[in-house]
Amino acid sequence: MKVLLRNPRREVEVPGPTTVGALLARLDCNPESVLVIVGDELVTHDAVLADDASVEIRPVISGGAGNADTAPGTRS
Amino acid sequence: MKCRVCRGPAVIDLRRHNANFCPEHFVAHCEEQVRRAVRHFAMFEPGDRVLVAVSGGKDSLALWDLLVRLGYTADGLYVGLGIDGYSDESLGHARAYAARRDLTLHVVDLATDLGFTVPEAATATRRAPCGACGLSKRHVFNRYALDHGYDVVCTGHNLDDEAAVLLGNVLHWDLDALARQHPALPAAPGFARKVKPLYRLGEREMAAYCVLERIHYQVDECPMATGNRHLAYKESLNALELRSPGSKAAFLFGYLERAHGTFTRGGPTVALQPCPGCGTPTPGDECAFCRLQRRAIPVTS
Repeated sequence: MKVLLRNPRREVEVPGPTTVGALLARLDCNPESVLVIVGDELVTHDAVLADDASVEIRPVISGGAGNADTAPGTRS
Repeated sequence: MKCRVCRGPAVIDLRRHNANFCPEHFVAHCEEQVRRAVRHFAMFEPGDRVLVAVSGGKDSLALWDLLVRLGYTADGLYVGLGIDGYSDESLGHARAYAARRDLTLHVVDLATDLGFTVPEAATATRRAPCGACGLSKRHVFNRYALDHGYDVVCTGHNLDDEAAVLLGNVLHWDLDALARQHPALPAAPGFARKVKPLYRLGEREMAAYCVLERIHYQVDECPMATGNRHLAYKESLNALELRSPGSKAAFLFGYLERAHGTFTRGGPTVALQPCPGCGTPTPGDECAFCRLQRRAIPVTS
């Protein structure tokens, strides 16, 4: 199956069928940090992915400026 | 997997709640978490004018959507940061969402309206761009709310954001920051009321909400945030969460319920005076934002 990964954006081939949980383990992805999407639909960790599936593993972690209220000198 | 509520096919599993949900009941779960957050901290009331800090990312667009869904009157404010290959796309997502839902989106562009961009400010100050970004957004959101009569500013900080900030504050024993970390900051002279209605929802839940509600958002991470400390804290907490589901919520909610009060700031009160540039109360001769702006603009002119 084709698996789209991000940050950086890239595509890898993984043999199927396999479960979402097994795919994430194989690619060393923490399931707490990603969503798995097939087509436009979310799939759970027990879902079986066919060998010809196109799968997106979408990271959900975003960061940057951190908390808006804890920077010194920005609020009394 | 089956939905905990209706036993229909589930689309998301939330190990923290030991629950799986179908689309309908997952959205209801998100609504309930926001409803509880707003009620618990009396964040705002129906009829209040709410300003949502919109970045074009999943959290702020999901927040805006949830507030409108719950019946609140909420406008959005987007701050253009001038980050090549990123800001234009994120503004596009914010505008597309607002147009689709027929909502009001205000836009303040740092370059056009204030004379500098975040990359320029980072270069001028020789500091991490995230610092200049956060400072600029805080200033603009606050000033816009005060100048345009909004009752409250809502930001999309979620459970993961707050847990990561808490971890950083504890690691450095930053007592002032610990005292300030709270989902609802009251209004004060020169400062708008500021609340975080998503503090009970994780960022995986917010991304899932956007996918299910067909809200297109900026998926790729800001190129200037790569490698920052905040992201490392989140990764560490998610490693813990994998081994022990519920750790992040226990850490944050336990702090709010049992420890926050012990960090209330004491000691001498610092006298504040209006910044001569913008009027924001400041303990110094000039507020942090005006100092940043003054240093950033000469680089570009």
